[in-house]
Amino acid sequence: MAAPCVSCGRALSARLSLTVRASLARRPGHWKPSAVDWQMGAGSQLLKLIHTTAVTTKKNVPASRHEVYTEDFIKKQIEEFNIGKRHLANMMGEDPETFTQEDIDRAIAYLFPSGLFEKRARPIMKHPDQIFPKQRAIQWGKDGRPFHFLFYTGKPSYYSLMHEGYGKVLQLEKHKGPLPVKTQHRDLIGSRWLIKEELEEMLVENLSDQDYMQFIRLLEKLSTLQCGPAEEEFVQRFRRGVAIQSKKQLIEPVQYDERGMAFSTSEGRRKSATAKAVVYEHGSGEISVNGMGYLHYFPVLQDREQLMFPFHFLDRLGKHDVTCTVCGGGRSAQAGAIRLAVAKALCSFITEDEVEWMRQAGLLTSDPRVRERKKPGQEGARRKFTWKKR
Amino acid sequence: MAPARTALPRLLCAGVRSARRWPGFLRKATPGPAGPSGRMLTGAPNPARSEPQDDHDLQRKILDLPLKHSDFFNVKELFSVKSLFEARVHLGHKAGCRHRFMEPYIFGSRLDQDIIDLEQTASHLQLALNFTAHVAYRKGIILFVSRNRQFMHLIENTAQNCGEYAHTRYFKGGLLTNAQLLFGPEVRLPDLIIFLHTLNNVFEPHVAVRDAAKMNIPTVGIVDTNCNPCLITYPIPGNDDSPPAVHLYCRLFCTTINRAKEKRRQMEILYQLPSVKRAEDSGTAN
Repeated sequence: MAAPCVSCGRALSARLSLTVRASLARRPGHWKPSAVDWQMGAGSQLLKLIHTTAVTTKKNVPASRHEVYTEDFIKKQIEEFNIGKRHLANMMGEDPETFTQEDIDRAIAYLFPSGLFEKRARPIMKHPDQIFPKQRAIQWGKDGRPFHFLFYTGKPSYYSLMHEGYGKVLQLEKHKGPLPVKTQHRDLIGSRWLIKEELEEMLVENLSDQDYMQFIRLLEKLSTLQCGPAEEEFVQRFRRGVAIQSKKQLIEPVQYDERGMAFSTSEGRRKSATAKAVVYEHGSGEISVNGMGYLHYFPVLQDREQLMFPFHFLDRLGKHDVTCTVCGGGRSAQAGAIRLAVAKALCSFITEDEVEWMRQAGLLTSDPRVRERKKPGQEGARRKFTWKKR
Repeated sequence: MAPARTALPRLLCAGVRSARRWPGFLRKATPGPAGPSGRMLTGAPNPARSEPQDDHDLQRKILDLPLKHSDFFNVKELFSVKSLFEARVHLGHKAGCRHRFMEPYIFGSRLDQDIIDLEQTASHLQLALNFTAHVAYRKGIILFVSRNRQFMHLIENTAQNCGEYAHTRYFKGGLLTNAQLLFGPEVRLPDLIIFLHTLNNVFEPHVAVRDAAKMNIPTVGIVDTNCNPCLITYPIPGNDDSPPAVHLYCRLFCTTINRAKEKRRQMEILYQLPSVKRAEDSGTAN
């Protein structure tokens, strides 16, 4: 790692401290601006900046709602960010030209290790566009005339969208008729409409729920009518893709041991038990746990049923061999951990449809339930002490 | 042109809260002792200062010339009583919906339906269009207001076509009276509000009529037989429910405004370059 020069280190830490303090102060915090005074004199202009931005430390106030950031201020912040990024790259010994945001995050985590639990309270260094909320530029020219023809409505962007959408509907109705055409559900599957917050962010305006609903109704009407590419593009602007859950399932690769037998291995966890299972493709339904037979390890019927469930579900009861190791937890937790591990390992030997059925049955989801802690003033996690009237 | 002259001081104060905000040309156009005496105080006018003096004169010419004619923009030719009749402007509501103050404008009643006097409509329309043209000529902000859902889209398109503003949506309470808070401290309010429908969706007078009167903004409005023409500066008695009628009004306003802006452009070119002025004098049709 290149030895950092003192000056750029100081400038860098000044830039970082600005962001740190700005980001800290925006959250419910107990940071006092006056504590900064004793720091470096070289960054005195930066210090002035910290004071004049007047960040609030009120609790539960969404950050900088009524702050007005001038364009010059934002521009200056962007310049400082870029300079700071280059200094950081130099410090870490990397190429400043190809220093991405992930590298910045890694560098900051390395230079400022923080043990804080709240992720938003840790030091960050991000582009000012992601920190300062988007604001509307000045809406009228030198002679006072507003730029947008719907300026006097109060929500020009929203109403101009409605105007545009309605214009398209009228045009289509004129050409093709008012009845909806049976359209194939081309891209409506796998995507969803924008939510109200996303629309507000896009338009930089405050909307009411009724406004939002009206807008969605207009878009739905537009999408039911048969439209050309321009209208399609207009509608697609307000759709966001939804990750299809079934495609996310990781399937383990099949491995082969020295005898040529196909097997796959996987892990599973439940409460504090961890299990590792090796499932062989061809077998006779033997399950060995920690070197012992499963009948010996799990004397209780309920635990054995848990082991059998993945096979029973797929109708492959006597067809696979399993060897697993498990540690931690109690008997029920170990059984659940093995069940999950076995189900995951089985995915490599079955069809995609069967994987999807298993996912919907809940066999491939790890159980998030853990023991809830005991709270002071109560006897257990939920149980309170006996209430006595007097 | 009495209405134009009384409106002139108001236009000069258009949407302004402090004198320092006035755009340069408006300030110079203010007639009064301040101008000449100011120059005399600084000393004898020298050749270097002839340019601002020329400017002042030019502005005066550009702004005062239209006021000397009764119909500088020739709005009379845009419509006739026959064209109003064909657009069904004379049809009013039933006699039961009649507003008391609309009685002077009503010609009569046929089968219980009120008929509006088109002669009066024509004269009112001419005054209103002339006033609109003068406002557009002086680069005023014109706001089209209506709350009728049937013609919302048409009115917004009209406003877009003439480069002016429209408000056919839900009218928020303090839009005109509390504009400083809603928009910003230096917002400029409209200089003219044109109502294509004076009533809102519950058949009550639109809030903007009262608010414009409070803020000293002149209004032009199409008043039907069930509307209150009281607070509107230039009422135009006429039908506001039939599509041909509303289309006609939109066309008329659009044409007047465009005409006035075009005239303004021509006048500025005419007076801007003194050398070209002689050449262009003969060419331009004034």
